[in-house]
Amino acid sequence: MALLQISEPGLSTAPHEHRLAVGIDLGTTNSLVATVRNGISVVLNDENGRALLPSVVRYLADGSTWVGEAAQAVQSEDPANTIISVKRFMGRGLPDIGGSSEMPYRFVDAPGMVQLRTVAGIKSPVEVSAEILKVLRVRAEDALGGSLVGAVITVPAYFDDAQRQATKDAARLAGLNVLRLLNEPTAAAIAYGLDNAAEGVYAVYDLGGGTFDISILKLSRGVFEVLAANGNSALGGDDFDHRIYCWLLEKNGLSALGASDTRLLLMRARAAKEELTEHAETRVTAILRSGEAIDTVLTRQDFHDMSQNLVAHTLQPMRRALRDAGLAVTDIKGVVMVGGATRMPQVQRAVAEFFGQAPLTNLDPDKVVALGAAIQANVLAGNRGGADWLLLDVIPLSLGIETMGGLTEKIIPRNSTIPTARAQDFTTFKDGQTAMSIHVVQGERELVADCRSLARFELRGIPPMVAGSARIRITFQVDADGLLNVTARELGSGVEAAITVKPSYGLSDTEITRMLQDSSQHAQDDMQLRALREHQVEAKQLLEAVQNALEQDGADLLDQAAQARIRGSMDELRTVLQTDDHLAIKRAITQLNDVTVAFAQARMDKSVSRALGGRKLTDMEV
Amino acid sequence: MPAIAPDFQQDFFQLFDLPQNFRLDNALLERYYHALQEHVHPDKFSHLSEAERRVSMQWAMRVNEAYQTLSNPVRRARYLLSLHGVDIQEESNTAMPADFLMEQMEWREAIEEARQARDTAELDTLESRLQQEIRSLESQLATSIDDSRDYAAAAGDVRKLKFLEKLAEEIASAFDAIDT
Repeated sequence: MALLQISEPGLSTAPHEHRLAVGIDLGTTNSLVATVRNGISVVLNDENGRALLPSVVRYLADGSTWVGEAAQAVQSEDPANTIISVKRFMGRGLPDIGGSSEMPYRFVDAPGMVQLRTVAGIKSPVEVSAEILKVLRVRAEDALGGSLVGAVITVPAYFDDAQRQATKDAARLAGLNVLRLLNEPTAAAIAYGLDNAAEGVYAVYDLGGGTFDISILKLSRGVFEVLAANGNSALGGDDFDHRIYCWLLEKNGLSALGASDTRLLLMRARAAKEELTEHAETRVTAILRSGEAIDTVLTRQDFHDMSQNLVAHTLQPMRRALRDAGLAVTDIKGVVMVGGATRMPQVQRAVAEFFGQAPLTNLDPDKVVALGAAIQANVLAGNRGGADWLLLDVIPLSLGIETMGGLTEKIIPRNSTIPTARAQDFTTFKDGQTAMSIHVVQGERELVADCRSLARFELRGIPPMVAGSARIRITFQVDADGLLNVTARELGSGVEAAITVKPSYGLSDTEITRMLQDSSQHAQDDMQLRALREHQVEAKQLLEAVQNALEQDGADLLDQAAQARIRGSMDELRTVLQTDDHLAIKRAITQLNDVTVAFAQARMDKSVSRALGGRKLTDMEV
Repeated sequence: MPAIAPDFQQDFFQLFDLPQNFRLDNALLERYYHALQEHVHPDKFSHLSEAERRVSMQWAMRVNEAYQTLSNPVRRARYLLSLHGVDIQEESNTAMPADFLMEQMEWREAIEEARQARDTAELDTLESRLQQEIRSLESQLATSIDDSRDYAAAAGDVRKLKFLEKLAEEIASAFDAIDT
């Protein structure tokens, strides 16, 4: 189905070929992959013509892995090894997971991200998610007939740093180059093409399988600016299923069901929920392991009553987001509904009532996020014909550090537009102190204990001095993916302190390397090959970028010597590209980047000086 | 890679090519902000060299910082005063006029009462009144900074504004608490 035309079909993207890039919606319940083909964003189907890939992964004793429909259909047979809704475990510890004791999984209790003991060994949620992403990558490469330059992967806007990093790690494991982590509501806004017809402030209500997001966006002259984001990363359609499940137990006088029966009834509950969107009542039937038969009728009204407070739980974040944006409900021009769970009539009613207007639902709520992600992927990959729009997104939760007495000090406030950086100065309190430890947290509360622990940073290499005389500037930087990076410098000496990061709920680099090796039988060879391919792609991209830059601004901004240096470095890279020496290629890439830094700065200065000039001219014409 | 620190010698007003005044056309500021980001934002450089991506990041962060500072009246005033070498001394100077402090206490009590009584209508009323006070202080600031260039007086007004900002936060917390 053609959805959004963003350039005339037939317009080539010469002089270079169209770069293959996709958008991936890694959902709690279903995942999808989409791409821009002939100027139109389309979802890619599997060989059976199905767009949705159930986010279900089954591990078998023989070492094989089933992903999607096949795993979902038989999930009640082996619930302990058939992982559903793994998104709820990403970047989370066991204490974070509500209802974990009811789940059939064999959790591994240890500090850090939760892990699952399966017949195929201990699996991290990152590995499970990577299996889903791998299927989508292969689907895309088959459909498009080539390797992907990269993918935009969507995440709930309310995901914190640990959850985002876990998603990025999963993509890396699946062999994907992440162009951007994109917030799901923002992706939906792009897909709705709201930049054209519709200037104004919009709300995106995104209720997925396991997460809820509300984003307030302002659209003006091709700029999508997120004003506020709020939500609940542990509230979604799954919880509605669970209500029906509990009701079924009660109605039928059941208790303490085994894992298989539990999973079976949850499947029935979901089906019932979906039935009630179209019908006023539905019949739930099932045969339990004991042979006992369930045959119960559920009405839409009863479902509405039992799940009412879940819907109510989505209203508070909406009020908060509006307050943060400094807006009233009447300022909202339109409401976009995203996520399968928004099909529920009681959700649509509640949202319509809250905003005093009927929500927009013309795009398929299951597909809209992937479609939007594909549109952005097309732009980020560097294909021409991408629409001329700009995305300004925000960090949803404040970042802070632990200070004396277990309190938090906010460094970067929530809803700050990204990328952003904030510096804070610290000093030593012992003579000769050469190291320091910083605990970074995320959240809005005063006490560290009530916030999310992100990581502990150890700074080393501080020049030894008298206590209190060192001035260590720690810079907290949040990039366009919403990920935190920390640098530190002692201001007096200019020494950059070395930083080791111990993520609280994430994977270390060594763990990821191990997983990469584990995932392949010919581990060492594959790693080399993968590295070689990555560097080759990067090198080609770099050479093309520098060539274009020289053609546009070389004569203007560089003297002969500088141009010669750059061309020399380019030649070296071209030479080394003929070999298979990925380390040498990487070195040549680094060298070319180093040699073009000053040029890049000069080009930016020139571009910026033109930015306002053009704008002022337009203003004067008005 | 050599340390990238673009020579950000311009102050925020110069960056936006706006006069160094407290009075500001918000719509114009926003248009210039968008125009700048369209040129520097990382999304425009994603497929280019790492050197260009790094420069873009530095610039985008700078532009965001500049916009966040200039678009908020309190931050803008503080920044303007710092450009004139006047430090607000918020941390050290807690000696506010007694009548002002009395008012602050009254405000706090009113907010607390409304919170206890779960009276959102009252909180709405308090919020409107607070916004009026904030507006009037801001217009006072415009006069002292732009017209009379009395930076000492302006510094006092900014300190007051910070107190009012805290009150606004307390009202927001009260709404939150009632909502839970």
